[in-house]
Amino acid sequence: MNIDINFLGILIGAIMASSVPLILAALGELITERSGVLNLGVEGMMIIGAISGFALMVITDNLFLAIIGSMLSGLLLSFIFGFLTQSLLTNHVATGLALTIFGIGLSAMIGKDFVGIPGKQFPLLFVNLKEAIPFFGPIFFGHSIVFYFAFLLPFGTNYFLKKTKIGLIVRAVGDSPVSAANQGINVLLVRYCCILYGGAMCGLGGAYLSLIYTPQWIENMTAGRGWIALALVVFATWSPLKVLVGAIIFGGITILQLHMQAMGIRIPVQFLSALPYIMTIVVLVIISRDSRKIKLNTPTSLGQIFYKEK
Amino acid sequence: MIKIERRDETSNLIYFLTPVLAIFLTLVTGAIIFYLLGFKPLEALKFFFITPISDLYGLSELLVKATPLCLIAIGLSFCFKSNNWNIGAEGQLTFGGIVGGGVALLFYNHEGFYVLPLIILAGAIGGMIFAMIPAILKIYFNTNEILVSLMLVYVSKLLLDYLVVGPWSNPEGFNFPETRQFSESARLPILFEGLRIHAGIFIALFSVFLAWVILFKTYLGFQIKVSGLSLKTAKYAGFKGKTMILLVFMVSGACAGLAGVGEITGPIGQLHRMISPEYGFTAIIVAFLGRLNPIGIVFASLIVALTYLGAETAQIFLQVPKYTGQVFQGMILFFLLASDFLLFFRIKFLGLKKYEY
Repeated sequence: MNIDINFLGILIGAIMASSVPLILAALGELITERSGVLNLGVEGMMIIGAISGFALMVITDNLFLAIIGSMLSGLLLSFIFGFLTQSLLTNHVATGLALTIFGIGLSAMIGKDFVGIPGKQFPLLFVNLKEAIPFFGPIFFGHSIVFYFAFLLPFGTNYFLKKTKIGLIVRAVGDSPVSAANQGINVLLVRYCCILYGGAMCGLGGAYLSLIYTPQWIENMTAGRGWIALALVVFATWSPLKVLVGAIIFGGITILQLHMQAMGIRIPVQFLSALPYIMTIVVLVIISRDSRKIKLNTPTSLGQIFYKEK
Repeated sequence: MIKIERRDETSNLIYFLTPVLAIFLTLVTGAIIFYLLGFKPLEALKFFFITPISDLYGLSELLVKATPLCLIAIGLSFCFKSNNWNIGAEGQLTFGGIVGGGVALLFYNHEGFYVLPLIILAGAIGGMIFAMIPAILKIYFNTNEILVSLMLVYVSKLLLDYLVVGPWSNPEGFNFPETRQFSESARLPILFEGLRIHAGIFIALFSVFLAWVILFKTYLGFQIKVSGLSLKTAKYAGFKGKTMILLVFMVSGACAGLAGVGEITGPIGQLHRMISPEYGFTAIIVAFLGRLNPIGIVFASLIVALTYLGAETAQIFLQVPKYTGQVFQGMILFFLLASDFLLFFRIKFLGLKKYEY
């Protein structure tokens, strides 16, 4: 019986670990969207974060630099998006799509010399506790620092948006940029900051994949996680704590699907792999059905171009 | 000092010149990226954009790749013009390919004039039905069509994977993930001996013509344009918004499905995992670069098809990954969107002395 419980603990730990990149990217995008900006480039920024983190790890042999570098590269890519949508007033949807296509291409270009290089073991914290405590050990201990950061971030983000003055400003800018501007808030500056923060978080989410989760570089290794992160933000109706719940559900589907395959359950692999995507659609339908509820939480100016006559 | 002013009206000349400017800027930036990666920039650009089309075979390949891009982009232009963001054309292409391919496999040992039209029809209907999913969900459940259409891309690709590995795999195929070869009458005729260019190009050109007629000469086209410019106006004018959403999605799904069957009955001749190198996504760029205008899309599809060919040539000669094409595709869209700024705004350079209140 003891062994079963331990296995369950390991399973839950694995589910949580697989939800980390989703949490990071979705919370980054959540802040961006709260300021009224819809950035569909999440997938592109994640994959760039993944390759730059991995490349820096190989070149400098320093994991700290690799993590920082991945965030910077995500930030840099989101700056392109910010400059285009905020300063040159381009369409958010089209610009975000271009960012994703560009990011996937660029990552493969940079990554061509890094295919097949083995990754490095990322330092894990509290490894002895993981083995010492049954069930709870594998859930809470023996993870990387990024893991713990990701699971604290929803609470931090929630506090930031609800209780701090800057959080209030971000929401004000997202809900009514015109009135915010009339109050003397620099809308452009706020939106730039939110876009860059989102980029950095997506970069970190990507680096988690290439440095910690499956430590190696594979072309297109984010495999649609960026898009699921975008769906998660809607799923969560722009609330950070619900992002956490959603990410764990999706991580759970991914892991269960792997285990079902391993256990030889006679469902074709492809149907199991399609589950997260089908679930996303089902959940979107359930969430969106009540249009009043969606409207209550959606940043009112989401995706609209803001231009102030100077 | 620099001052930015909103233009009162946009000039037609700039409207069609900005795509040219965007292409130019893409080439310059591409040269810089190649330089940074340690290639000789001019030589790299030559491999990318000139070598591939310097012979007859290359030109035929250009048209082979431009055909699906043009078809899909024509369909997407209906969606984008009316502010519906269908970005799952890749999935509609795949599903159209699956349905059309299924019919082709039914007739694998039949010959007959009716086989090909049946396959093409099946593919168009398949793509159409697949595109109706995000449309219907948007109409009745208010879901975001961007996310739904995109998730369905993954679903359709996994379905195709399941079929070619499992039930539809070639019984004599040594477990390769591919189906039987289609019969001779299931293939689009090749136009010139020794080249791969096929009759699918006529389907694409016909769709261009049809789209032009619908968009510019019919009441329906007018409705689509008005809904795109202002939803409120469209409602006030009494246009049926929901029917419109369904209709534009059906059109673009059918086009993508046609592109899918065009590929499997044209150059490929069977179903396997990779029936499209992401044509469905790239066509989004084609649609924008062509300014959502049928004629513009024809030119844009040729230019973007060149980035595919260029990436293949560069892969051989410069050992860069084939994804390099996407870098150029992304950049074209960036620069195009950025240069649109010039359409709506004018930059005034004011002398320092004049700048007084």
